[in-house]
Amino acid sequence: MTQTATLPDPLAEVAPPRGRSGSTAWALWLARRIGLAALTLWLVSILVFVATAALGDPVRAILGRDYASNPGRVAQLEAQLNADQGIVSRYFSWLGGLLTGDPGTSLANQRPVAELISSNVVNTLVLVLLSAVVMIPLAFGIAMISAHFRRRRPDTVIQTVLLALAGLPEFVTGILLVAVFSTSVFNIFPAVTIVSPGTSPWDTPKGMVLPVLTLVLAVSPYVSRIVRSTLLEVLDSDYVELARLKGVPEPVVMRKHALLNAIVPGIQVIALQLAWLAGGVVLVETLFSYPGVGLQLVDSVRNHDVPMVQALSMIIAAVYVVVNLVADVLSILLTPRARTAISS
Amino acid sequence: MSTAVSPQATPASSPSFFRQALRQKRFSFGFTVTVLVVLFAVLAPFVAPFGENETAGPPYSPDGTFGTDYLGQDVLSRLMHGGQSILLISVLGTALGMVLGILIGVVAAYAGGWWDEVIMRLNDVLLAFPQILLALVVLTALQNPSSWVIVVLVGASHAPRVSRLARGVALGIVSRDFVVAAEALGERRSRVILAEVLPNMTGPLLAEAGLRLTYSIGLVAALGFLGFAADPGAANWGQMMNENRLGLATQPWAVVAPVLMIAIFTIATNLMADGLAQAAQKGDS
Repeated sequence: MTQTATLPDPLAEVAPPRGRSGSTAWALWLARRIGLAALTLWLVSILVFVATAALGDPVRAILGRDYASNPGRVAQLEAQLNADQGIVSRYFSWLGGLLTGDPGTSLANQRPVAELISSNVVNTLVLVLLSAVVMIPLAFGIAMISAHFRRRRPDTVIQTVLLALAGLPEFVTGILLVAVFSTSVFNIFPAVTIVSPGTSPWDTPKGMVLPVLTLVLAVSPYVSRIVRSTLLEVLDSDYVELARLKGVPEPVVMRKHALLNAIVPGIQVIALQLAWLAGGVVLVETLFSYPGVGLQLVDSVRNHDVPMVQALSMIIAAVYVVVNLVADVLSILLTPRARTAISS
Repeated sequence: MSTAVSPQATPASSPSFFRQALRQKRFSFGFTVTVLVVLFAVLAPFVAPFGENETAGPPYSPDGTFGTDYLGQDVLSRLMHGGQSILLISVLGTALGMVLGILIGVVAAYAGGWWDEVIMRLNDVLLAFPQILLALVVLTALQNPSSWVIVVLVGASHAPRVSRLARGVALGIVSRDFVVAAEALGERRSRVILAEVLPNMTGPLLAEAGLRLTYSIGLVAALGFLGFAADPGAANWGQMMNENRLGLATQPWAVVAPVLMIAIFTIATNLMADGLAQAAQKGDS
């Protein structure tokens, strides 16, 4: 299940200031872009807080049937959530804690949220980065092969397979992989990640294979399809025609002319997919019991552990905002046209 | 992936658009399979050999076509009963998300200026949440979510994505001559939107609806898989994967059968959406 939003155009998104000299214009553009990111994150924090603390009654949800029979526990939980204060003051004390690095105490096991989360954040980052490292060359490679055979048999086959894969929810791919590679058919890779205390998931590389493969299969099709269509566009352009007429061999045309021009749209899709991965890990980590933020989030939602859910969802949203910011800056830096548009 | 509408576009009347879509091999294949899966979900409960919660044998035994599940219920019968709720929630959620998204997007495009800026900024805030995350965050504080809550969550998570697209398409239309003419004639704004702008957006919006349906099914199944289904006892393809996961090694069909149903259905709706998108693009040029 990959996100197929139309690609944002970094130039249209943030109109470059005009009529100022290069570096000032740059600084202004960057400041405005970072300001927007900060504003978005602030609004996200309001949304997260309202959704978790105001839409329902967390204390009632945690205690279930015990709510009526156990007033002592009710009072204790309400004190921990500061339920006696108004929602606005609760929001600001939570936001203050978040900004100073203290996102509260977990309701489930009474330990500081920051301590519980930190190692899982690292685990998830490793999983996502590893998937990206495998996915990027793979997606570009497939796109190049497909563009090379454009509208002939191999291209249509590849495109149909990619389209079918793009629609599959990631946990569906994951379960099918588990069924094939770790149970009845072949018993090669473990179906769950087993982590003993004090070790990391990547200490048993075999356990990483299926989670990474699932994520790669979930994001590659979309990246590949976008890169292919950019490649085709470039291959049809006049300067590629000229290069061919000059006698430049086809592999060089593909590498030097087409691929370099596909990098910027490529960065935008990859950013979109990396941001999507931040949410996609929720299901994949749960499926493989991989100890990352996704698994922790699902457990916390099941336990109605409000402070944990708040902190974890802020982290995931922040990843999304930061990845998009970095992608915008990179695309501007790599597009000469955009650089001059900003500084002229 | 340009969805801009060129000036020559005539108002796409639905029947001819549909016929054009049917000419796409992808669309006709996807459409056929989708219809077959829907028919299976709607009709199968009447021919299922066992009831929804009826015990057919010992747990995880190989009796019957697909064996039995963790409670000894017949997997084939569970599969036949488990389609309706997931499809209904997905379709309703998609419809809600489309209506909300189109409304927000078209209003933003039509109002323009300051309103447009504010609406799209707020939209970006919602976009910072992966779809599943939005649902999970809200489910944290709820005790027993009903099916309606899940419909609303699915719709709400689609709306910002739809509105982004709807705004883009509508921006290409609101400045065209016939809209300006209708405004000059003194038509009410709501009428201009309903009678002039929306009919010209059917192609891209239908394609988007197909895509959204694909994601809805994934999302609803995912919530079931994570154990957040509305009715824990009822058969549901997403939940079947969750409850039978421990038996994957001994009785894989209890998990693989619902997984395959969802795989077939999402692939079919996605092919259908792609066919619609291509037909919409051809209609424009």
